Amino acid sequence: MGQTRNTMGRAAVKTAEKGTRENGVTVALAGNPNVGKSSVFNRLTGSRQHTGNWAGKTVVNARGSCRSGNRNYDMVDIPGTYSLLARSAEEELARDFICFGGADAVVLVCDGTNLPRSMNLLLQVMESTPRVLLCVNLMDEVRRKGIRLDLPLLAGRLGIPVIGISSREKGSRGQLLRALDAMPDTLPDTVFQPVYPAAVEAAVSKLLPVAAPLCGGKLSPRWLSLRLLEWDGSILKQADRFLDGAVTQSAALREELSRQRAYLKEKGLDSDSLSDLLAETLVRTGEKLCSGVVTAREQGYSERDRRLDCLVTGRRLGYPLMLLLLAMVLYVTIAGANILSDGLASLLFSLEKKLDALLLLLMAPAWLRGLLVDGAYRVLAWVVSVMLPPMAIFFPLFTLLEDLGYLPRVAFNLDRPFQRCGACGKMGLTMCMGFGCNAAGVVGCRIIDSERERLLAILTNSLVPCNGRFPMLIAVLSMFFTAAAANGWNTLLCALLLSGLILVSVLCTLLASRLLTATVLKGKPSSFVLELPPYRRPQIGSVLLHSLLDRTLFVLGRAAAVALPAGMLLWIMANVQRDGISLMTRCAALLDPLGRFIGMDGVILLAFLLGLPANETVLPIILMAYTARGSLQELGALSDIRLLLVQNGWTGVTALCVLLFTLLHWPCSTTLLTIRREAGSWKWAGLAALIPTIGGMTVCALVTAAARLLGI
Amino acid sequence: MEVLRLRDLDTGQRARVRSMELEGSMRRRLRDIGLIEDTLVECLGASSGGSPKAFLVRGVALALRAEDSGGIWVERI
Repeated sequence: MGQTRNTMGRAAVKTAEKGTRENGVTVALAGNPNVGKSSVFNRLTGSRQHTGNWAGKTVVNARGSCRSGNRNYDMVDIPGTYSLLARSAEEELARDFICFGGADAVVLVCDGTNLPRSMNLLLQVMESTPRVLLCVNLMDEVRRKGIRLDLPLLAGRLGIPVIGISSREKGSRGQLLRALDAMPDTLPDTVFQPVYPAAVEAAVSKLLPVAAPLCGGKLSPRWLSLRLLEWDGSILKQADRFLDGAVTQSAALREELSRQRAYLKEKGLDSDSLSDLLAETLVRTGEKLCSGVVTAREQGYSERDRRLDCLVTGRRLGYPLMLLLLAMVLYVTIAGANILSDGLASLLFSLEKKLDALLLLLMAPAWLRGLLVDGAYRVLAWVVSVMLPPMAIFFPLFTLLEDLGYLPRVAFNLDRPFQRCGACGKMGLTMCMGFGCNAAGVVGCRIIDSERERLLAILTNSLVPCNGRFPMLIAVLSMFFTAAAANGWNTLLCALLLSGLILVSVLCTLLASRLLTATVLKGKPSSFVLELPPYRRPQIGSVLLHSLLDRTLFVLGRAAAVALPAGMLLWIMANVQRDGISLMTRCAALLDPLGRFIGMDGVILLAFLLGLPANETVLPIILMAYTARGSLQELGALSDIRLLLVQNGWTGVTALCVLLFTLLHWPCSTTLLTIRREAGSWKWAGLAALIPTIGGMTVCALVTAAARLLGI
Repeated sequence: MEVLRLRDLDTGQRARVRSMELEGSMRRRLRDIGLIEDTLVECLGASSGGSPKAFLVRGVALALRAEDSGGIWVERI
């Protein structure tokens, strides 16, 4: 999760389409959602594409390469789909890549615990391209569930190679590469083709001779004929473009097509009922192909899954369990971060003195020492000691829940309120993703088919606090609201208060959805299918290692890129003086009236502005700005920081307003850029920034006014 | 033989699909997943408030809102 190098969407398709054929074979990894395509991809290419247990985790094509003994392979991980007759944006991406010249071969990955389910897509792929390898994944689960699969029998029936692997096991890489190497260079002609009812076959056989010359070996004529008869607008447009307009230009084809469509209509098959019939034939053919191949006590959904779901999504226990789990995750995060924070702080601030001494030894001038040590180093040290620990603990925990398959259950539980607010039930899922990273949540919105509901989910995603904002909430809560609690209880209290804040953010999401539905994004909730995947044992070791390492490095990199220059800028601003007043004081004074109006001060507002590229730098920038005024030198533990804040005029009301404003302000710049890309214009990105900002300022102003009225 | 709407199926009850009144992309999507006539479905449970309900279709658990599952007629077994 988070943004990764290789999730560049259509760009990946484009490069894959361009002449990679000389030096490598382009192989598409296709399959139903949530069958472990990404983990097969990772196993093959050694990349760390994030995997998660829910349908639609991969929304963009990811590319990687791998070598076997005699060939280079360009592997492309494409979004999961049930069908090539696509409807949603990410399914269209999958279809275009498989059907229109993206891949030299297709590896169809399927879930061995539910083989029949994959047959529909497999048959569609085999209709469009003959070079297919069926890779039956999750064989470890198959064995555990006592399912027996006769794969040689299936391979014989299908006329394509079939292998069984478990992508979790190391040996699977070699197995798959050997099977790929063994695929012949010549086009196989024994590939099974589904047979449709007589009327359809008759129409196809008439169309074939006209369509075949147009295809020029680039497209399967049978496949094109079927799509023409079915009259699928979006596919035909793509096919026409792919064949350089041959489809629309051929008068003979048009003539024959209208004759055959009329013939089918005579037989009672218009476009819609033909689609129904084709889909039905594929499902029944798949059923037949699998009979005798699968011997199972239970398939797919097990007794254990049922029992767990009764508990987790039940009417009585669903909500309480969700809250309990949330509080538990936050408790572990806060407790763990406390231990790490103190150690890191004392280490880093003792290093600060040594660094200063070293620079003195090198005879660095005072301004350089100030710039580097008091400016850059200090902000970075705060990011690492205060912000990093909660992030490094929360993120792996969140990923574990995701791997387990819990997030779709949350969406299931929360669907009712989302529906009331005019939103798609899958928005619950993208909102949960936002807790990890808002930018990733925004990209995840592609799983939502309806354009209106997708925009709704994109615009409201940053209303829930991301991993980068949790540490600030935790720090402020524990400094100002739970410090008074008895030792040992304060962590629990902090976790409960933070859970409360998260509930507030979910309420804000619902409220904003309701408002948007009533104004700019009018419409009724559309229909959708939410899949509840079987629970899977999370790969604890690899999750911990990857999310910890990746995330820590990512945050450190971003902190260095943002905090270092921000620290230096602030130091300069604090030390460049005119008429005895520093630049920073002037800037802060400029923002001060607005800051005071919403219960904060100019420095805090300035920090929120400077923290635009990375939310995790806001609090460190505030601290740096206060210390640059020269009020305090010895800093480290949270109690010292609290003292510094209080000396600079913070009260309980200030802290409350900072908390609320952390929840509700503009998204970070990465998220804004992502919104622009996903929603298609700056207009939406602007709106996505305005909604939380206006909301946050209003709430803070109200809190401040109320506090003044009550004389607090 | 009792014929009812899919949304009225209670937890633990099983039924066979009789017909679908749904239109457009939702119809096609469900058929692609394998929800066609004669398919066996089982209600796995309901969310608080009664919608959505989860159904087991060909080994896959699907959540459908009452508005959508109301368009599918099934025969209880």
